[in-house]
Amino acid sequence: MVRKEYPKVGETIAHAQLDNGLHIYVDQKPGFQKSYAFFATCYGGMDMKFYLDGTWRDTPAGVAHFLEHKMFDTEDGNALQILAANGASPNAFTSSAMTGYYFESTEKFYENLKVLLSFVSIPYFTQESVDKEQGIIGQEIRMVEDDPDNQVFYALMESLFDHHPIQVSIAGTQESISHITADTLYACHKAFYTPSNMVLTVAGDVDPERVVEIAREILPKDPGGRIERDYGGKETGTAASSGKELRMEVSTPIFQLGFKADPAENGPERLRLQLLGALACEALLGNSSPLYAKLYRLGLINKNFGYGVEYYPGCALLAAGGESRDPAAVREAVLDEAARIAREGVDESLFNRLKKGMYGARVQGLNSFENLCIELAQGHFAGFEFLSFPQAFESIQRRHVEEYLKAVVTPERCALAVVRPKEGA
Amino acid sequence: MMYNTPVNAYQTEDRKDGTKRMEVTRTELFPGVHLTAVHTDKFKSAVLGLQFLLPLEEQTASCNALVPAVLRRGTEAHPDMEALSAALDELYGGALEPMVRKKGETQCVGFVGSFLDDAYTLEGEPLLERAAALLGELVLRPRTQNGRFTPEYLEGEKANLIDRIRAQVNDKRQYAQIRVVAEMCAGEPFGVDKLGSEESAAAITNDALWDCWQAMLNHAPVELYYCGSASGDRVQSALSSALADLPKGAVRTVPARPAGHAAPAEPKVVEEALDVTQGKLSMGFRTGCDAWSEDYPALTLVNAVYGGTTTSKLFMNVRERLSLCYYASSGLMKYKDVMLVASGVEFGKVEEAKREILAQLAACQKGEFSDEELEWARRSVVSTLRTTLDSQGRLEDYWLGQSAAGLSEDPEALAQRVERVSREQVTAAAQKLALDTVYFLKGKE
Repeated sequence: MVRKEYPKVGETIAHAQLDNGLHIYVDQKPGFQKSYAFFATCYGGMDMKFYLDGTWRDTPAGVAHFLEHKMFDTEDGNALQILAANGASPNAFTSSAMTGYYFESTEKFYENLKVLLSFVSIPYFTQESVDKEQGIIGQEIRMVEDDPDNQVFYALMESLFDHHPIQVSIAGTQESISHITADTLYACHKAFYTPSNMVLTVAGDVDPERVVEIAREILPKDPGGRIERDYGGKETGTAASSGKELRMEVSTPIFQLGFKADPAENGPERLRLQLLGALACEALLGNSSPLYAKLYRLGLINKNFGYGVEYYPGCALLAAGGESRDPAAVREAVLDEAARIAREGVDESLFNRLKKGMYGARVQGLNSFENLCIELAQGHFAGFEFLSFPQAFESIQRRHVEEYLKAVVTPERCALAVVRPKEGA
Repeated sequence: MMYNTPVNAYQTEDRKDGTKRMEVTRTELFPGVHLTAVHTDKFKSAVLGLQFLLPLEEQTASCNALVPAVLRRGTEAHPDMEALSAALDELYGGALEPMVRKKGETQCVGFVGSFLDDAYTLEGEPLLERAAALLGELVLRPRTQNGRFTPEYLEGEKANLIDRIRAQVNDKRQYAQIRVVAEMCAGEPFGVDKLGSEESAAAITNDALWDCWQAMLNHAPVELYYCGSASGDRVQSALSSALADLPKGAVRTVPARPAGHAAPAEPKVVEEALDVTQGKLSMGFRTGCDAWSEDYPALTLVNAVYGGTTTSKLFMNVRERLSLCYYASSGLMKYKDVMLVASGVEFGKVEEAKREILAQLAACQKGEFSDEELEWARRSVVSTLRTTLDSQGRLEDYWLGQSAAGLSEDPEALAQRVERVSREQVTAAAQKLALDTVYFLKGKE
């Protein structure tokens, strides 16, 4: 086990790699009541086509998420109940690129960790339980379909990307999940739930050696192979379309404005690009940018305005959205501001305080065990050390932000998705 | 003049080494102005808050809710949002956000802020004094025009408030909860939404808002909050000097405990149709018990056994066994004798779901829960209370609720009371539950 200190942010990480290839990161947090463990596989909604046992497999939309639901089934019952009975709060989520299982508990941490590691690594499905789950997930899909934020997000993804599976709903559709069988689930588990494709991150007042010992005892010895995935080839450098409009039961139009960015290779450069993109976002339209103040003053955005950059394997984007009576006017204002920055540059004092502000916000984010553990895991899958962000941050200069905005925030890369109120509603 | 009498001080021992302590002190800074200070070095950030406590009323709710939003637009020294944002960036990504909360029948409005703890600033520069000064400025010295709020700020925030009230329909799960409370508690202060109504928001004038703000400054009890590594003395002195201009000598009356109500003989049934694909069934129950009651710990266990956790009867039966709902859970309004059940259900299954939800309650009332179920519930409630100590946001909200209620029990003490509740006490608390109102949000034909 190797200990590494990050004195600037006041954290110490113990790291180990087991013989089966699994990486374990433990952040020791004395003085906290709770401990948190996060066990994740580098497998999400977008990993639909992959190479296993000598053939390319196409799986229906929604398998990763379906699998997440079914993993809690064990031969002895349901792991959710077993953990909850120990006072732990367990849960799981599926994102586009990752499926994570976690619990938070104030007592019996090691016992709970054993439960977590075993139920995630030992699949147990029957056709009957799979059929029943179709009903539960069917309801979840309906709920998602009623959620305007979700609908506007996928509308943006469809508009921006040519073919990348990021645009496919993580939960799938009623139709796509009807094709999922116990066999599909076993095959996907075999492909992606291998120690070498997973990571365990822990935060709390725990003994790292003990964590490693338990993982060694419970998890399979075979590391599993590297799984090739197909995301449909390289994306073009322009948005697939200029946008999409939907109508739903909402009071004011909800929008997502997006710009397609070039994806980043795994490694430290990806961390730098994520931070650079986030800083560029702040300079362009962040809470303390001149544009934000102007849009807010004009009543074109409100407090629900949010923004960020996302980097996934094979695709990336900068997006901003919220509620607006005139989303098209927001788009024009953002493009104009990007053009102005391209001409005049970013104000030096603005840049310096944005950097200070963003740095502080990142450090404050470490308060959340959940955020910390997920970031550590994401960093691991993307090939960088999350807690090295202060150094990466330091290297970013004003001209990098200007170049980033010039390259990404352009009319060709732009799409606007809007959910409007129903007519006559 | 300073009033530095600690009314109570207690601490939570944080296990093993005993080096990490969380000390909570409560001090009256000025008459009717209290500071709850949590001293800890667990966190990367410090939290600072100021809330005015107001009786929740139909006539004033919107106006009160609008005050912090308008104040947040600009001050004498930082006249617009850009200037305020710049000041907050200098506090390392600090935030000072307008807040409107409902704690029982008390409307709490003000600001909650967070900024980097001094230990992590790049040059080791102290931030507390600057943050407190900015907070004082926001509350006391808004940018004005002709002795009133800047009209542009008033109009902009009024439009935002109306939008927020209208937008409540966007999140159907939340909307169904708001509606069942409004129907069940119609005529009671609790039936008023924390943002008030669209009509009353639309009627707000600059004069009315100004009076509302003045009334807060002069008559509302003020709850100050700090959580971070600074010493108590430093916090008191930073806040006392930031709030030096707050009117002194006025009587600040704490809102009263909400009155209890019995359920009607026949539950009220309300249906509403919107264009949705999944129905929302919300049910409101009278509990005959609130945070002030002796048997409140037992009620928290009833809620957890019934629908508050993933081992609860609602989750295990209505969702898992019968697949009637995508979600079905219950929750307590701590400072009001109300429990709500929320579920998402297919239109055709609503009657079946309702029957099952009530059948599960009847089981709790007959004492039909295993020792295991009770223990699971207890572990969950205790753990939720203890982890409050690990989250600055939850801790602030916990202490605001307690302060607004005039209660001083900390999460650990409540957890210990929960540990001592017997099965009989849980059954007795369950028997007091009575269905009051059923609200169903269905699709349009």
